[in-house]
Amino acid sequence: MKFLDEYRNEALALKITGEIRRIVTRPWVLMEVCGGQTHSIVKYGIDHLLPPEIDLVHGPGCPVCVTSLEMIDKAHAIARRPDVIFCSFGDMLRVPGSQGDLLALKSRGADVRVVYSPIDCLKIARANPAKNVVFFAIGFETTAPANAMAAWQARKQGVKNFSLLVSHVLVPPSIASILQSPLNRVQGFIGPGHVCTVMGYREYEPLAARFRVPIVITGFEPLDILQGTLMAVRQLEAGTHLVENQYPRVVQRDGNRVAQELVNKVFEVCDRKWRGVGSIPKSGYKLRYEFKEHDAERLFDVKEIDTKEPPICISGLILRGVKKPKDCPAFGTLCTSENPLGATMVSGEGACAAYYAYGRHLELARQQQPQEITS
Amino acid sequence: MCLAIPGKLFEITDDSHGVRMGRANFGGVVKQVCLEYTPEAKPGDYILVHVGFALSRVDEEEAERTYRLLEAMKQLGELDAPEIDSSWPPEAGEQSR
Repeated sequence: MKFLDEYRNEALALKITGEIRRIVTRPWVLMEVCGGQTHSIVKYGIDHLLPPEIDLVHGPGCPVCVTSLEMIDKAHAIARRPDVIFCSFGDMLRVPGSQGDLLALKSRGADVRVVYSPIDCLKIARANPAKNVVFFAIGFETTAPANAMAAWQARKQGVKNFSLLVSHVLVPPSIASILQSPLNRVQGFIGPGHVCTVMGYREYEPLAARFRVPIVITGFEPLDILQGTLMAVRQLEAGTHLVENQYPRVVQRDGNRVAQELVNKVFEVCDRKWRGVGSIPKSGYKLRYEFKEHDAERLFDVKEIDTKEPPICISGLILRGVKKPKDCPAFGTLCTSENPLGATMVSGEGACAAYYAYGRHLELARQQQPQEITS
Repeated sequence: MCLAIPGKLFEITDDSHGVRMGRANFGGVVKQVCLEYTPEAKPGDYILVHVGFALSRVDEEEAERTYRLLEAMKQLGELDAPEIDSSWPPEAGEQSR
């Protein structure tokens, strides 16, 4: 496919890694923010192509992973209601709450449906006027315009039986939170290309200046990621800390103004709890009061549910780039894609799930497994 | 989750509620796309699509320029480029590194 295949060219990939090798003089820790980038890195073995000085650590950018257990339990409580058709993106279906996942609820008779786009829910709502259609609106800034449009059109078209359970998260506050941590090792960022397609990258400029880290807004294909890495390493070697754009074919500094405008009309910034990380101030979106008729949290009285994560899981440290999946004693043994214990294993884009899917560290993890693990 | 893929827009229509929609071709697969956020997109353009919404036009000139820059990059480092390890992943039963 055009604009995909040419960015998977092996000869050019080797050329870029050669250039990184040539210029690197010391160890550097880079974090790719987005789960899609993590997936590409592990799938194409990009981390193996890079010289040993470059340590790629994996960031918190998988919205399915970081959706809090409390929010998932709320979703399940709503989906269990007989008057509800619960719609979700497919990758949310297998994420376990404290009592099973949405797929299990479906098998027990709940009306749970996978949609490709939130706008499809409006059709479902119109076709089922006696039911309440609820969409699990998760995602980063990339997905916010789509979810905002669903709420906007529902209000405009008077589709009263459609609501959203919103658990949106934002990238810049999570980057600040990582950099402020006393455990932080990250020295530069491979920035989230599609988030910035929507938002632009102006808001990353004060972050780069304040924390003195280079941030390179980067695409998702292997050559994009390698070039983004090269640009970040060049900056680190030169001692600069600028925001650069590796992905100008879709990202502009101001982003998509039309989309931002609608997102701001529908959503407002709120504090948000991230699975594995905890609450981060001003790190999410919720529906504005004007959209209260379409806000599932207001419509359905679901009480706050406090749930605990398994103590052995180190996903919080992995999401901050402090640890890697292979550092976890449960990785590949107690914790697998089939039976995930925590955030980074629950969705295909989580760092642990990507390592697990491509099997590269599985054998190693088993060999390093301590003799006794009891939970 | 933030996956977005480029497709070629070939048709623009309004749906019955006045929402600007279109159809795009993704390597042979045709999908309906909402074009409300890309008012400038026209048939023949490549658009970047995420969960049924076009988020941006793909700027072909920029794509071309980036690519030429990569191709023109100094050949120097190439000599040090690593061999691709064809023994990976290890066969079952083989000791992993």
